[in-house]
Amino acid sequence: MSAVLTLDFTVNGKRRRVRVPPMKRLLDVLREDCGLTGTKEGCGEGECGACTVLMDGVPVNSCLVPAVQAAGVKIVTVEGLAKGPALSVLQRAFVERGGTQCGSCTPGILVTAHALLQRAKGRVPGDAEVRVALAGNLCRCTGYQMIVNAVRAAARETLASGPGRAARTARPVAREQGKSARAKSKPVKTKAKARTTATVRAQAKPARAKAGVARRRPGPGR
Amino acid sequence: MTRTPTRRARPKTTLRPQPAVGVSVPKRDGEEKVTGRALYVDDLKFPGMLHGRTVRSMVARGIIRRVEFDPAFDWNGVVIADHKDIPGLNCVAHLTEDQPLLAVREIEHADQAILLVAHADPERAQAALGAVRVEVESIDAVLSIEDSLAARVKIRGADNVLKEYNIARGDLAAGFADADVVVEGVYRCGHQEQLYLENNGMIAERTAEGGIVVRGSMQCPYFVHHALQRTFGLPPERIRVIQTVTGGGFGGKEDYPSLLAGHAALLAWKSGRPVKIVYDRLEDIAATTKRHPAVVRVRTGHRRDGTLVATDVDAVMDGGAYVTMSPVVLSRGALHAGGAYRCPNVRIRARAMATNTPPNGAFRGFGVPQTVYAMESHMDRVAAELGLDPLVLRRRNAVVVGDVTPTGQVLHESVSAVEVLDRTAERAGWAEKRRRYGRENAAAERAERAGRFAPGGRRLRRGIGLALGWHGAGFTGGGEVRLNSLAALDLSPEGRPRVLAANVEIGQGAITVFTQMVAERLGVSPDLVLVETPDTDRVPNSGPTVASRTTMVVGGLLEQCARAMRERLELFAERALDGDADFRRVARRFLAERGPLRVERRYQKPAHIVWNEETYQGDAYPCFSYGAVAVEVEADLDTGEVRVLRVTTAQDIGRAIHPLLCIGQIEGGTLQGLGWALLEEVRWKDGRIWNHQLTNYIIPTAVDAPPLDVLIVENPYSGGPFGAKGVGELPMDVPAGAVVAAVAHATGARMDEIPITPERLLRALDGREERR
Amino acid sequence: MRAALSTLEVARPRDLAHALKLLHASLDAGRLVPLAGGTDLFVTLNSGLVPGRRFLDLWSLRELRGVRDQAGRLVLGALTTFSEIREHALVRRRYPALAAAAAEIGAWQVQNRGTLGGNIANASPAGDSLPVLLALEAVVHARSVRGTREVPFTALFRGYRDLALEPDELITAVSLPDPDAPPPLRAGAARRGAHPPRAQQFFRQVGTRRAQSISKVALAGLLRLGRDGRVDLARVALGSVAPVTLRAGRAERVLLGARPSAAVAAAARAALLEDIAPIDDIRSDREYRRRVSGNLLEQFLRVADPRFARR
Repeated sequence: MSAVLTLDFTVNGKRRRVRVPPMKRLLDVLREDCGLTGTKEGCGEGECGACTVLMDGVPVNSCLVPAVQAAGVKIVTVEGLAKGPALSVLQRAFVERGGTQCGSCTPGILVTAHALLQRAKGRVPGDAEVRVALAGNLCRCTGYQMIVNAVRAAARETLASGPGRAARTARPVAREQGKSARAKSKPVKTKAKARTTATVRAQAKPARAKAGVARRRPGPGR
Repeated sequence: MTRTPTRRARPKTTLRPQPAVGVSVPKRDGEEKVTGRALYVDDLKFPGMLHGRTVRSMVARGIIRRVEFDPAFDWNGVVIADHKDIPGLNCVAHLTEDQPLLAVREIEHADQAILLVAHADPERAQAALGAVRVEVESIDAVLSIEDSLAARVKIRGADNVLKEYNIARGDLAAGFADADVVVEGVYRCGHQEQLYLENNGMIAERTAEGGIVVRGSMQCPYFVHHALQRTFGLPPERIRVIQTVTGGGFGGKEDYPSLLAGHAALLAWKSGRPVKIVYDRLEDIAATTKRHPAVVRVRTGHRRDGTLVATDVDAVMDGGAYVTMSPVVLSRGALHAGGAYRCPNVRIRARAMATNTPPNGAFRGFGVPQTVYAMESHMDRVAAELGLDPLVLRRRNAVVVGDVTPTGQVLHESVSAVEVLDRTAERAGWAEKRRRYGRENAAAERAERAGRFAPGGRRLRRGIGLALGWHGAGFTGGGEVRLNSLAALDLSPEGRPRVLAANVEIGQGAITVFTQMVAERLGVSPDLVLVETPDTDRVPNSGPTVASRTTMVVGGLLEQCARAMRERLELFAERALDGDADFRRVARRFLAERGPLRVERRYQKPAHIVWNEETYQGDAYPCFSYGAVAVEVEADLDTGEVRVLRVTTAQDIGRAIHPLLCIGQIEGGTLQGLGWALLEEVRWKDGRIWNHQLTNYIIPTAVDAPPLDVLIVENPYSGGPFGAKGVGELPMDVPAGAVVAAVAHATGARMDEIPITPERLLRALDGREERR
Repeated sequence: MRAALSTLEVARPRDLAHALKLLHASLDAGRLVPLAGGTDLFVTLNSGLVPGRRFLDLWSLRELRGVRDQAGRLVLGALTTFSEIREHALVRRRYPALAAAAAEIGAWQVQNRGTLGGNIANASPAGDSLPVLLALEAVVHARSVRGTREVPFTALFRGYRDLALEPDELITAVSLPDPDAPPPLRAGAARRGAHPPRAQQFFRQVGTRRAQSISKVALAGLLRLGRDGRVDLARVALGSVAPVTLRAGRAERVLLGARPSAAVAAAARAALLEDIAPIDDIRSDREYRRRVSGNLLEQFLRVADPRFARR
């Protein structure tokens, strides 16, 4: 029994050795001893999921894990999601589809979503499935819908670019979304001046969001 | 009047550049947030930094008799600060200066700060908290609106009233005399915690020159700046406030950061070392501000066809122990209390009461959710009593252009109450669902009586409810004039336009929207536009990031700055600017030949806006945004649990500068409204918050959140940049009333108190079953 | 984090025998607090409460892991996580109520770390797996330096957070009998037909929120009708309605031997209210818990057999 532990583990693919108290939270080990402050504390009691990291591939609340139990494990944090300088497909989907607002919950949500996509390999998880997987990650900004959309869009994109699939289902994201956006924006054909409306829920590309807006002539009405 | 500024400003000589406004460009802060690179206050460290903790009162009201420091504790390295260490005024300067930074003798609410400790090791600082014993003699406390109104115990003046407003129009008595039907109801709502995911936090330093630098999570750098001047008796130039990446605010970082910054700065002042105070969730929920609870009595008179002829509202809010933001929250609540309805005879009385609870403060909606929830619950009740479709009743009374509000404000333009109702109803399939759910519920009831149950044996009922809301954008009445906001645009050394404003990004997308509006006017891409960190040494005071004012008011100033900058550069170049590369070329040449370029614009009140603070008459807001919400629920008769199946909402926000961000605001605000209506309840025990854990103060998860079908309606406001009005708060105002109506439709139980917890609903249902 | 974590110590046993030795030896000088997935412990520490200064880390003990089917009994190692339980094919098939309860515990992150043994040892009256284990008549396998013993779940809870275990005993596993195993043949009784009817399993947890909520009421039930049309197996267990997770003995006695009818359901409901003793607390109130307990019982009965709802 000792008050200081020499902890050897792997973080984002790098072997690490730190000397820490054995009951120090993995969250604090990552933030203070490894300098990885991307992982956030939101509640300290495993409720909000802001501190989610992968431990040997499965998401855990790092605020509930003592350092001693991280010995020899592989940890992935938000900082380890991108391979190289470019954003991962999932990260990019969050930026493009409104999946991040204040950003406090974002690291934990990305890590959980990443684990979900790993498990769902070769399949686009359904809306309900994504919501259940993310039930342990609280977000107070978005209403979750754009988060769910981003996760599913990333799955579709990954699927489309996967080996052997590209030819058959070339860019289904764009196609599918484009279609839905077109279909839904039909009334807009008469354009802004017609004071018409359409849903804005399915935005394929940032620029498309415009289609979802009911615009009216300026000035006094009625 | 009928031309958009867009057209007016576009020079004929240039090619049309890609539009920046109305396009969902990548969120400016998106990349740093998805990579974990964004640095929030708790991610920052400074050499020699101490960690501060706060000794708080355990009782709601009392007199401090003794403060003891455990002699057995090792006090080495512990810095202690109390009220005697405050160099200036012991107050948190808001509108008034009645809230002490640290308690002197009187304790006015539980968890009130008494003294501060700090240590280099956070564990030692925490331990020091336990080694301070404060002996407080408890006194009878006032803990509820009812107790405060009864004034058996007086804690503020003779009647415990912190603030009162009275608004009147027409002849109320004549209105009621003229009515065929008079309906009355009392509607209650409780505290709500903002629950930003990032807790409140600050780091303060004492500079070598005898000044103070504070960094932290906040909505209003200049509020903090002002408060610190008072606390430390320092001139403005010796205080510097810098916003760090802020993990949500929702009003919870509007006024409270001034107090927290004062605490951190006091410890830094005394120790000479940087001091960080970051609350944990338990402390944040227990000690920081909440939404004001309210009891709202609504009495309305109607003609048989539903036409509103008299409205009498008496709204009482719980202000907590100090005045803080209550007068303005109350004012806004009162100004919206009549709902977006036309009524010739109105009386609105609004009071904020003092209680011995932590001061309630700003929270998205700022008093409006309370009064709009009451009015909308009431309208649903009226519809039921008159046998009218709630949509028909609302359409009949909803304001249109030319109508007059209770303060006598004529609604001249951009009035979309009817339009958002119609769009919402159409999109939600209102009429069909109203009928279908009613039919299905009756069938389910018959089947259950015959012993036939749905799969899983559940007894479920569905319903759909509707609500309409409005929200005035910007500060009330003369508020914007008092703020006197100044925003600026300059050129960076590399020749890029740079936004200088004190308004902060808290997730809502403020800085992205700023870059779009500026880019549109300069004819460049938003990527080219830089945004300076909100730092009081670098940006002018463009006012607080509150009141749905950032896009409309500050964006408007920046848009003017951009126009002026373009004019200056085009005059200099003697030709029109043409896109990013050309802009930079011209800008660099300007910098080289003429020196720095900085354009400023100060808020100018439009001449036609007239407001009388004394009589509370006139143009309360330059314009209103309008929203309607249809909520569909499923109630479980066995458990009282209510699940939201779907929400449809149309909201008129003038112009969506960034549609995706606007929808993000609407979806997020809507879910907060659903949480307030169904789940979120602050529970109290002996004057302290009992459920100050995230495990017990519950907010919606992804599974609780329904699909949200959002329609943006754009009915431009001529005084807003590109026609934009406010969007931030409106989405929070409307859902609760629709939830109440949907639950009534599903179960027949009309709930007059939110949140509609399973306990409350089951009690109401049992009451009905017994009566049958 | 309000507890001073750096002052806490952890013993890291090599194996189970070593762990038991350390635990036993610690009784004289401040008992080691067993530590499994930490999902309850760290919540306590975060609030500043420190249940002990020294901990015994069980997480790496292989002997406490794994799920085995042993002669019709399913044996779950104490460190089996709720994720493993909810995804285990045999659990889902044979003990759907347990799979359902596992899915209600926290969210994914907590299910990946929270263990069955930990949920039992924590002995919260709101522990979601406990009513199911009680209704399934699970057996707790406990071990100490003195040897092993089996404690039936029905005899496990002595009082509020008080288990019938010795301070140096560790929970090593939980075994579950097959609720559908044919009852042992009585002498002289002829076996008729191939399989007896299956027992209906039920689990419902009621919290305010739809995910990761702590239960206000949880009810687990098992009900089987014999060939004579009478109830021949009735088990009802509830959580969050008394200081301990409990079996509703009175309600079970009303049901046992009865033919399903609305009158029997009403009588069982009345009896259930005598079985439970709920209180007002931070999450709900006594009246609600009484009402919902009765409602859940009726729901369970009408799901098990629609005749319970026919008047």
